Amino acid sequence: MGYERQKDFGTPRVKSEKHVTLTIDGRAVTVPEGTTVMRAASEIGSSIPKLCATDNLKQFGSCRLCLVEIEGARGTPASCTTPAAEGMVVKTQTPRLDKLRKGVMELYISDHPLDCLTCSANNDCELQDQAAAVGLRDVRYGYEGANHLAEPTDHSNPYFDFDPSKCIVCSRCVRACDEVQGTFALTIDGRGFGSEVSAGQTLDNFMSSECVSCGACVQACPTATLQEKSVKKIGKPERAVVTTCAYCGVGCTFRAEMRGEQLVRMVPYKDGKANRGHSCVKGRFAWGYANHQDRITRPMVRDNIDQPWREVSWEEALSFSANKLNQIKRDHGARALGGITSSRCTNEETFLVQKLIRGGFGSNNVDTCARVCHSPTGYGLKTTFGTSAGTQDFDSVEDSDVILVIGANPTDGHPVFGSRMKQRLRQGAKLIVIDPRRIDLVKSPHIKAAHHLPLQPGTNVALLTAMAHVIVSEGLADEEFIRTRCDWDEYQDWARFVSQDKNSPEVLEGVTRVPAQSVREAARLYATGGNGAIYYGLGVTEHSQGSSTVMAIANLAMVTGNIGRKGVGVNPLRGQNNVQGACDMGSFPHELPGYRHISDADTRALFEKDWGVTLDPDPGFRINNMLDAAVDGEFRAIYIQGEDILQSDPNTQHVAAGLEAMELVIVHDLFLNETANYAHVFLPGSTFLEKNGTFTNAERRIQPVRKVMEPANGMEDWEVTQALANALGLGWSYTHPSEILDEIARLTPSFAGVSWDRLEREDSLQWPVNEEFPDGAPVMHVDGFVRGKGKFVVTDYVPTDEKTGPRFPLLLTTGRILSQYNVGAQTRRTANVEWHPEDLLEMHPSDAENRGLNDGDWTTLKSRTGETTLRVKVTDRVAPGVVYTTFHHPATQANVVTTDFSDWATNCPEYKVTAVQVMPSNGPSDWQEEYTDLSQKSRRIAGEMEPAE
Amino acid sequence: MSGSTIETLRRMANQIARNFEIMGHVDAVEATADHINMFWDPRMKKQIFGDGGQDLSPIAKAAIEELAQGEIPAHQTRATEFNAVDDIGQSDAG
Repeated sequence: MGYERQKDFGTPRVKSEKHVTLTIDGRAVTVPEGTTVMRAASEIGSSIPKLCATDNLKQFGSCRLCLVEIEGARGTPASCTTPAAEGMVVKTQTPRLDKLRKGVMELYISDHPLDCLTCSANNDCELQDQAAAVGLRDVRYGYEGANHLAEPTDHSNPYFDFDPSKCIVCSRCVRACDEVQGTFALTIDGRGFGSEVSAGQTLDNFMSSECVSCGACVQACPTATLQEKSVKKIGKPERAVVTTCAYCGVGCTFRAEMRGEQLVRMVPYKDGKANRGHSCVKGRFAWGYANHQDRITRPMVRDNIDQPWREVSWEEALSFSANKLNQIKRDHGARALGGITSSRCTNEETFLVQKLIRGGFGSNNVDTCARVCHSPTGYGLKTTFGTSAGTQDFDSVEDSDVILVIGANPTDGHPVFGSRMKQRLRQGAKLIVIDPRRIDLVKSPHIKAAHHLPLQPGTNVALLTAMAHVIVSEGLADEEFIRTRCDWDEYQDWARFVSQDKNSPEVLEGVTRVPAQSVREAARLYATGGNGAIYYGLGVTEHSQGSSTVMAIANLAMVTGNIGRKGVGVNPLRGQNNVQGACDMGSFPHELPGYRHISDADTRALFEKDWGVTLDPDPGFRINNMLDAAVDGEFRAIYIQGEDILQSDPNTQHVAAGLEAMELVIVHDLFLNETANYAHVFLPGSTFLEKNGTFTNAERRIQPVRKVMEPANGMEDWEVTQALANALGLGWSYTHPSEILDEIARLTPSFAGVSWDRLEREDSLQWPVNEEFPDGAPVMHVDGFVRGKGKFVVTDYVPTDEKTGPRFPLLLTTGRILSQYNVGAQTRRTANVEWHPEDLLEMHPSDAENRGLNDGDWTTLKSRTGETTLRVKVTDRVAPGVVYTTFHHPATQANVVTTDFSDWATNCPEYKVTAVQVMPSNGPSDWQEEYTDLSQKSRRIAGEMEPAE
Repeated sequence: MSGSTIETLRRMANQIARNFEIMGHVDAVEATADHINMFWDPRMKKQIFGDGGQDLSPIAKAAIEELAQGEIPAHQTRATEFNAVDDIGQSDAG
């Protein structure tokens, strides 16, 4: 599409069963009751002048520009605050209104710089548009009086400027920060003529304030007061392409606004069904990595990892790879080969990688990063509900009365959904947080959790079982739901188990360290507070009982009847953008796309016929087993697309040993990541801006990813995989990802009704999309579980083998922070490092004092696996005995410390529980120094200057 | 803390067995065998079959012995029941 601003109806859409009909400028219009006159006029294309109104904020009525005349009414009411009424007759253009609007506009312009020609918002400015709309031709007051034109610009934020000289004090930015984002970082300081927008306290600027740089204020600003630096630098966009964000599992829709081949800005798309027009600092601003100087755009090879890289042609890199793969296959068999698909890549790319490994390499050694994040969700929800996908869409939260967040930090990990959740909480929904840390949601402006249960890491199952004990023993179970929807005999077995005294909150308090009374009150609230919705993240899954915890969550939802309608459900918050899709596409070693086991002859026959190959009937290795087998010499070659397992997977030394033992490591990525230190072939990748395809978000929503610029490396990632396949003689001939999507639809029943053309028309579809659900399924299990009855599963608490003791007395838990994403490969290469330049170790003041540590001191963090150094942040956000860090920076490598312990069912690593000791340090650990040397040596490229000492 | 591959396999088998223990010995043995049968690579199975049950819990040991004799256990949980070729019913998305 060409460039035009997104349609703005002025005030929000109103949901109402009743409708009213009114007449505006002689035209009849019917709207839901409660709709404003401004919105009703906009619905029929009559745009009433406005400045303080915008349709994602509540009506405010301050600018007085949207005045209208209403028959029988006195005066000239503001259309943005006047509800439409049956039979109302409205005029939006009269001589009287013209005069009033001109007078209002004249006052605004008398205190506004007249620099339109050199202003970055020229021709893209609502103030300019409205001045033209009201026909303002002169300002009778002159410009010599008191004004704000000399106010200095705040350049502190790396992505946008705040120029108060252009501010009209419409409060849209303040209201966006309050109503949409929920941070309340901005305010109007002063009164009358002295009123001005202020971030934080008097001496604050934007960067030092509470601002989280979500961009909502910039989007709301009708002038150039809050403006992206990129617009100032590049100029006004000339076209916009709607695409899907490549960060977290929320899957926000954005307009990539372009000027030529240059991306000017990413603006949240108001019609995006996952984000409803909102964004976070990552999706909105942190896309500069796409053009970062570290980006590798030419293929490279080397015979061994001690050598510098050698830039080669695509042909040479592909034939080098194919020859080695063929040789290893001849010498050691197909099962010595494998690969890893990426949850950051598209469905089509992921599908092709697993197809290459199964059909080309000839083994089922394919795994994906979901192994280390949400694989227990798969196991747990499939066992209990019969299908493991999240049960709701994001809109569902608007109907929740009680929100239970366990092991997730939505305001940091899934910030756009976190903001929507906060909107609902501010409307009055109750909040229960189960987390060892006091996450921001527990207490933030206008939000206070009814209960925060700060449990000991590793005791999720015990705590949830204690809650179930309360619900069953106090008669709070929804027996009608259970009898209708679940297996009654299994429920009775489970109810007997949870009712035992050993599972009471009082007995388990010794395990969880959560006061029994708090557990009882939280359980009662969840069971009796109306629509109860559970949202969870990796604090649930990344444990030795991750799968059991997911089943315990499902048990709670079933016993209270909180399944199958809006406002309830069990909602896994997926970490990466396409975790759901990567799994749908057959990325696990035991199953083909559509969750069909590899041992099923009929399923194999379907794929064998379509692909013209013979498939191995046995499951392959999971990632951790691939690494073990590599050390044993049984696994020798790996193709890794878009993953950095050396930094992201646990026990770094073991990952390194596995990679080092392999004869061929092919890394297909944007950057020479940490895994590439052990690689022999580097195939340059393309960013989400440079490719077509689809992502599937945490709501099962399949959304298009559209190419906005040509790939810097010359090929989209699916083309690279196809080229590798063809170097192996597979003869693939896809010309566009839509053809791959057609193949997926042909072979995968839940995608049967999905096509590129349909996504172009409908923007997104939530699977399953087939004969039974031709338009997809926003909420699952509405009239019954998709497959049979709901099953209650007895979840016995089994303590982790990772124990604290005199040598390792503290428990380390890990997580992520708002400004950074996963291993930081993208966000570390943006200005987001200004918020988080290094990983820090959070420690309770009492633990810090016992060790003589002060805020900012360097510490050694040591476990049974390894040690690293990082600086300490003293905070009571963590409980005594618990420390916390992030894993965004390779210089820290938190995973040097984490262990091989993993979920019993899926081998998802136990990142959240590691016994550690912390002590003062003078500098980097031996491992860090050695790794820094290796890393520098390994990144040498022949012909490039050596870095200066 | 990484041990040898066989140590890892023993730990995995014991962990699976321990989490099924609440089902009672007989059912737990079947569930453990079913789980390993559906999710483990043949080389992992072969390696633990040849290990003689060393350091395995009674449930894990019985499950491994059952599989080593070539018995195919019936599915004990829905986690090991997969979609048929034309079925949309289940997902085990991670």
